[in-house]
Amino acid sequence: MKSLKASGHPLANSAVQLQSLQSEVADTLQLPSFHQKLAGAGLFPLQPLEPAVFQVNVGKMCNQVCKHCHVDAGPDRQEIMTRETMQQCLDALARTTIPTVDLTGGAPEMNPDFRWFVAEIRKLGRKVMVRCNLTIIVANPKYQDLPEFFREHQVEVVSSLPFYNADKTDRQRGKGVFDSSIRAMRMLNAVGYGQPDSGLLLNLVYNPNGAFLPGSQESLKRQFKRALLDEFGIVFNDLYAITNIPISRYLDYLISSGNYNNYMEKLVNSFNPAAAAGVMCRNTLSISWDGFIYDCDFNQMLDLKVASPVQHVRDFDERALNQRSVVVNQHCYGCTAGAGSSCGGTTA
Amino acid sequence: METYYNPEDLKKFGQIGEFQKELADKFFSYYGSVFAEGALTAREKSLIALAVAHTVQCPYCIDAYTTDTLEKGCSEAEMMEAVHVAAAIRGGSSLVHSVQMMNKAKEISM
Repeated sequence: MKSLKASGHPLANSAVQLQSLQSEVADTLQLPSFHQKLAGAGLFPLQPLEPAVFQVNVGKMCNQVCKHCHVDAGPDRQEIMTRETMQQCLDALARTTIPTVDLTGGAPEMNPDFRWFVAEIRKLGRKVMVRCNLTIIVANPKYQDLPEFFREHQVEVVSSLPFYNADKTDRQRGKGVFDSSIRAMRMLNAVGYGQPDSGLLLNLVYNPNGAFLPGSQESLKRQFKRALLDEFGIVFNDLYAITNIPISRYLDYLISSGNYNNYMEKLVNSFNPAAAAGVMCRNTLSISWDGFIYDCDFNQMLDLKVASPVQHVRDFDERALNQRSVVVNQHCYGCTAGAGSSCGGTTA
Repeated sequence: METYYNPEDLKKFGQIGEFQKELADKFFSYYGSVFAEGALTAREKSLIALAVAHTVQCPYCIDAYTTDTLEKGCSEAEMMEAVHVAAAIRGGSSLVHSVQMMNKAKEISM
């Protein structure tokens, strides 16, 4: 399977994605705009809070090609953050007290400067989270010491695992992904990750493998804990239930499978003002591989830069950025449906 | 193709109060309580509902509880086993009456 970009798919273009989201709303479904919904909840324009998470997407290169990937990542994607841009991120961070750096991709570990970047962030005294797809750890011998590296730098590992069986996981993320993920989690467990009182956090990310919303995060966590322990002897700390956002490859899936209308209606009908108040874009800044600043990783993929004179990390100015309003569009319904969704799971 | 069942009608279930609000409100309140976490988990109740939906042959309920069980993290194998439970009870309920048939046959046979 190729990325949308490599296969020349129209939805590889962010403008086409936005057009798809907006024209359907205006012409067919007549769903309310997200602006209107936010206004109804007294939240428009959406104002940022004190930034707590500095999220950096260090590249779109990945060893997997997942069907729902909002980044359209894959082995054929060459976009990768340079060390120069990483240094600009470090310089920006040093001027703030933002406590957490969240590294994502693609597979962030495939960036050749990934380990240097992690070490430098730790020197600044900030907590590092890595969005690890698990299979990268066993994809190539050069990555097999990643669990040790993560432990050495006290990195919090946040790993995608859409289900606790091979069938559902492999349908969504590719053949063999589940077995590789189990091997990788055992390696992480072996160095202490997920073990009680180790302080080494292994958190899993669940997202639905189809056109439906995630159920109760607590209930899913109980199921995952029991199944992974009973069947594979694996332990982990927390589970984050994340809603699939209707952009990029997941948008393609929704449209091509005929599920788009029902899914969007469900998102809109499930709009929860409490979830909207807690959306992650209010306390997150998201930096792209080429150094531009966004309100979140989804806006990044739609090329919706922050509404601020400061748009690149080389010009980073926290005070100026805090005066912006968050850029929202129809895809934002994904983060405000039901119990809400963020990189840290539910928000309401 | 027009049929008696329109999938879009499922979304209008909440509108049944238009003709009798008081009873509809009572029903939906009861319904919500039935499916809340209790002595059984909401997940277990959803699987029961999926099985019952097949027994009462309600296409709306089948759609609704297929989605609901998936949302609650059930696997397709669990969902199909639930349907087999319904089928076994349904089949068994016919077969158990065969004892009556056997009794009667023996009663009137030499």
